[in-house]
Amino acid sequence: MEAIILQILNGLDKGGAYALIALGLTLIFGTLGVVNFAHGALFMLGAFVAVTLNHVMTLEKVVLSETETTAWGTPLEIRTPYIEDWFGETGAFLVDYSVPFALIVAVPFMLMVGIAMERGLIRYFYKRPHAEQILVTFGLAIVLGEIIKKFYGANPIPQSAPEAFAGSIDFGSGIVYPYWRLVYLFFSLAVIGAVMAFLQFTTFGMVVRAGMQDRETVGLMGINITRRFTIVFGLAAVVAGLAGVMYTPILPPDYHMGMDFLVLSFVVVVVGGMGSLGGAVAAGFLLGILQSFASMQEVTSILPGIDQIIIYLVAVVILLVRPRGLLGRKGVFED
Amino acid sequence: MSTATAAPVSKAIPQVGEPKATSKGDLMTLAIFIAVVLTAPIWAIPIGAGYPDLLQKFAIFGVFAIGFNILFGLTGYLSFGHAAFLGGGSYIAVWSFKLLGMNILPAVLFGTLFGGLFALAIGFVALRRSGIYFSILTLAFAQMSYNLAYSVLTPVTNGETGLRVLRDDPRIFDDKSGGYDGTLIGNLFGLEMTGYTAFYFCASVLIIAFYISQRIFRSPFGLMLRAIKNNQTRMKFTGLNTRPYALTAFVISGMYAGLAGSLMAVTDPLAGAERMQWTASGEVVLMTILGGTGTLLGPILGAVSIKYFENIFSAYNKSQLLDTFSFLPDSIAEPLVSVLGLFVGEGWHLTLGVLFMLIVIYLPGGLMEGARRVSAMLRKRKAEKTDASSGQTTPAE
Amino acid sequence: MGDVLKGVNRRGVLKGGAAVGGALAVPTIFTSNAWGYTNEPTGGSVTLGFNVPQTGPYADEGADELRAYELAVEHLNGGGDGGMLGTFSSKELGGNGILGKKVEYVTGDTQTKSDAARSSAKRMVEKDGAIMITGGSSSGVAVAVQAYCQEAGVIFMAGLTHSNDTTGKDKRANGFRHFFNSYMSGAALGPVLKNAYGSDRVAYHLTADYNWGWTTEESVKDFTEQQGWQTAAAVRTPLGAGDFSQYITPVLNSGADVLILNHYGKDMVNSLTQAVQFGLRDKQVNGKDFAIVVPLYSRLMAQGAGENVKGIYGSTNWHWSLQDEGSKAFVKSFGQKYGFPPSQAAHTCYVQAILYADACQRAGSFRPSAVGAALEGFSFDGLGNGPTEYRAEDHQCFKDVLVVKGKENPTSKFDVLEVVEVTPRAKVEYDASIFGGELGEFNDGA
Repeated sequence: MEAIILQILNGLDKGGAYALIALGLTLIFGTLGVVNFAHGALFMLGAFVAVTLNHVMTLEKVVLSETETTAWGTPLEIRTPYIEDWFGETGAFLVDYSVPFALIVAVPFMLMVGIAMERGLIRYFYKRPHAEQILVTFGLAIVLGEIIKKFYGANPIPQSAPEAFAGSIDFGSGIVYPYWRLVYLFFSLAVIGAVMAFLQFTTFGMVVRAGMQDRETVGLMGINITRRFTIVFGLAAVVAGLAGVMYTPILPPDYHMGMDFLVLSFVVVVVGGMGSLGGAVAAGFLLGILQSFASMQEVTSILPGIDQIIIYLVAVVILLVRPRGLLGRKGVFED
Repeated sequence: MSTATAAPVSKAIPQVGEPKATSKGDLMTLAIFIAVVLTAPIWAIPIGAGYPDLLQKFAIFGVFAIGFNILFGLTGYLSFGHAAFLGGGSYIAVWSFKLLGMNILPAVLFGTLFGGLFALAIGFVALRRSGIYFSILTLAFAQMSYNLAYSVLTPVTNGETGLRVLRDDPRIFDDKSGGYDGTLIGNLFGLEMTGYTAFYFCASVLIIAFYISQRIFRSPFGLMLRAIKNNQTRMKFTGLNTRPYALTAFVISGMYAGLAGSLMAVTDPLAGAERMQWTASGEVVLMTILGGTGTLLGPILGAVSIKYFENIFSAYNKSQLLDTFSFLPDSIAEPLVSVLGLFVGEGWHLTLGVLFMLIVIYLPGGLMEGARRVSAMLRKRKAEKTDASSGQTTPAE
Repeated sequence: MGDVLKGVNRRGVLKGGAAVGGALAVPTIFTSNAWGYTNEPTGGSVTLGFNVPQTGPYADEGADELRAYELAVEHLNGGGDGGMLGTFSSKELGGNGILGKKVEYVTGDTQTKSDAARSSAKRMVEKDGAIMITGGSSSGVAVAVQAYCQEAGVIFMAGLTHSNDTTGKDKRANGFRHFFNSYMSGAALGPVLKNAYGSDRVAYHLTADYNWGWTTEESVKDFTEQQGWQTAAAVRTPLGAGDFSQYITPVLNSGADVLILNHYGKDMVNSLTQAVQFGLRDKQVNGKDFAIVVPLYSRLMAQGAGENVKGIYGSTNWHWSLQDEGSKAFVKSFGQKYGFPPSQAAHTCYVQAILYADACQRAGSFRPSAVGAALEGFSFDGLGNGPTEYRAEDHQCFKDVLVVKGKENPTSKFDVLEVVEVTPRAKVEYDASIFGGELGEFNDGA
């Protein structure tokens, strides 16, 4: 029984991550009609906002020792972090909470990145064929990845959750779950809820939703839809970036993580149905939970290798049963 | 269609760089193509590509991209799972070596057939959907094939290590008696498939593949496929079921992929699961778009450029760069090398990414668009000269 | 190479020569006679091919390998402080290149993919005239490139490859491996784990679902069971799973008190980080402290797991904190040039390059069969691993194995591991026939 509960928790946790990554992607799909292969790169950039902030906070004063040497004969470097030097205990606290603090930095940064991307590149591709959108955004994703690699190398860089959330919660009767994963689950639910509410209950959101339905008519009504779409792209970038920041303690980030999540996020979006936010969220949770259960030994012993293919298998089945995914609308991305 | 922005793949791809679709023009293209392909070992030397392995890769990925273009360029169906057919073709070819012997004919034959059959099975299901739903279905099938080939199918595929021909394999038609030295190299009735021999074999296949694709482009069937791309709904209203046509195109391109996969095994008797990974499927998509979707020559150009970058740019290292620029004073050479160093060796991916962006931004329609612009410019200049008296210029297309 | 090929090439070369003014040197694979061998060096220099991952998840390891090779070339040509040439037991190399020829090199990117690795090895042999290929950071690549080198008739000096298969069922006469393997890891870890955790333990394996993972799981299982341990389960995880939570939670209530992670690279970093997050390192099961074991450690990768490696046992081929003369000389030489200590991948690559050069020198030739014969059964010392032998039967180096543990109080970011025990060579040796496969004959190519 506890095994089942734990796998449900795993599934929800994974699902939250998938849904959060897919949310921005489906927003861009639905509103701008752009196939954004650089979405994984935005997720990765978010993660590296956390890494960078941590690096900045732990910048060290380097003093070369006069007496001691390293194993290779150069003077030993004595390193003291500036922040602890200046702020003492408060500094240590700031470093400890560098991941949550990175959220604050990530919002304006990702918004800027998103707006710059949309204004500088993506907007020229609205009327271009999907194939060319794929080529240009894939090129961009490679370039962003390589830039990060240049600065941070190819190896994963560990980020720790704040000390207070480092351990795991014991719910009794064998159910133990890491704090940070629960934080991530609630965080993703909150972000998803906020984005949905924003689109549902604000005038801005109403216009955007109308634009998703029929862009030309909205334009004819004298509403500046272009500016709103720029903001939507920025919003999508922010959501992807925040997902990346919060994921760093679970998965030490490296420059390639965007590519690793790219295929998966597309599958989630399409299974959910093109142009449907709710669909993407539902698909994220569904795939997360099914993936967790498929990995149980009881299942793999009957169907070896099922955990390797479950996501794709589910995608095939759903797309065959429901032509437009879970909640997709007719006519979007079908030609 | 809910938004005007989600433009169909079809509309904006111009038919560029093609000589007029006359049989004479086609013959000219074919003749020039044959000449260029067969002289590759010579003209590739100055650009550093004049060695058998890379030339073989050019030809093999050329075949792969031509086939992909028959589906994507003509029908507009964007498959993200063609690597499965490539990998499948390779596995079957190597199994043919293992069981039947090192003659390459059965390997190529079975590899191609398998590509077709596999495509038939997947296409039959995936073509029930269109647009991005189709893309994701093909992607899902290919990823399942890849994941299984890497892990639980190891008895058949030899997993991570890759499937190879071993000395104690049955190879029933091989003469294993009497001093056979046991070199496990593919042969065509005794002609060993190594070096330039293998290149000329692949080149011949490429030429045939190109010829067939040219015929398909010009045939009524090709016209029908283009019609599917331009307006599927309208086609359906005329009472025509388009799916059999799309499926035929899918199977043909699957056979091309299987053929390319078996050629990979011919030049190098080894097959690995990574040939099925989504990155491999993505590569052929990129090749086709980079070269020019829907054009005859574009995909081959795209394949050649990507393989060239992969093999030549990755090979440079700092010390070679320093040698190259040793004629410059150190104060100039060193910063120059450190900037260029970002784009070669470990940075070759960056070059590729920048290239993708530049091409698609400045040359919508790919490399063939560039070729068309250059030729149009030349023609214009020529026309200006000759038509100077009448004061009129013929507009370039 | 058949006659047809030669004919074609002569013609091609003539034409090409006319076209480019004959300025290009053509690798001897196309021109040599029946008594020659592939890429026989004719001028005043000899070209080695360094085939390392420069893109993809192992790019940092590849970069470190390349640094080591550049250092080795420098030392072979008489530059720098000579590094381990000074401590190496064989004194044939005099700092004037190999057999008097200056050492030059070409590089390639394996991308950690068999196809790409073979492609780039082919380029180095076919176009650049490399006489030896070395490097790599995974077993799949090593096996694929080794097979190619056998066909092409050049020597392959494997880089980082840990699978039993490389010198087991996939061994080749032209291929040589200095790195250790899964069997040796298991043999070395077994007794150390028993001493640390007792003989009454239940292990749970998470295994990367491909060849290397399986051989490692098998070896570790065998040797821990010999010490009286039980195995609760061995679960296969997809390569590159990213999030391993669904595989980790069943461990919690399985009754196992040791988790063995047969993962390497990013998989290891992720699964270890996540296992620690699930509180496994602080857990008590059956009245004992729960333990995690990582059979193959890489210091470079372990840095990616940060604090989580503390106290976790594993094995490694070499570590920069070793205090023998060879290691000290190498760390000094490498550290002064690059500013940080070398990884085990860098070490094995450096050693392979030196061993190859030395074998050529002793054989008096670059001919693969002669070089191979000089390496077979060669015993040496002073290269950082103590007395070592290249076993003739399978071209595997036999030497002491290091059992290491994540350091509790690291003094720098490079100081991640501490050596717990040096398991003597005799305890990790095995019969060459147990993994099957056959070496075949040396191939000189051409």
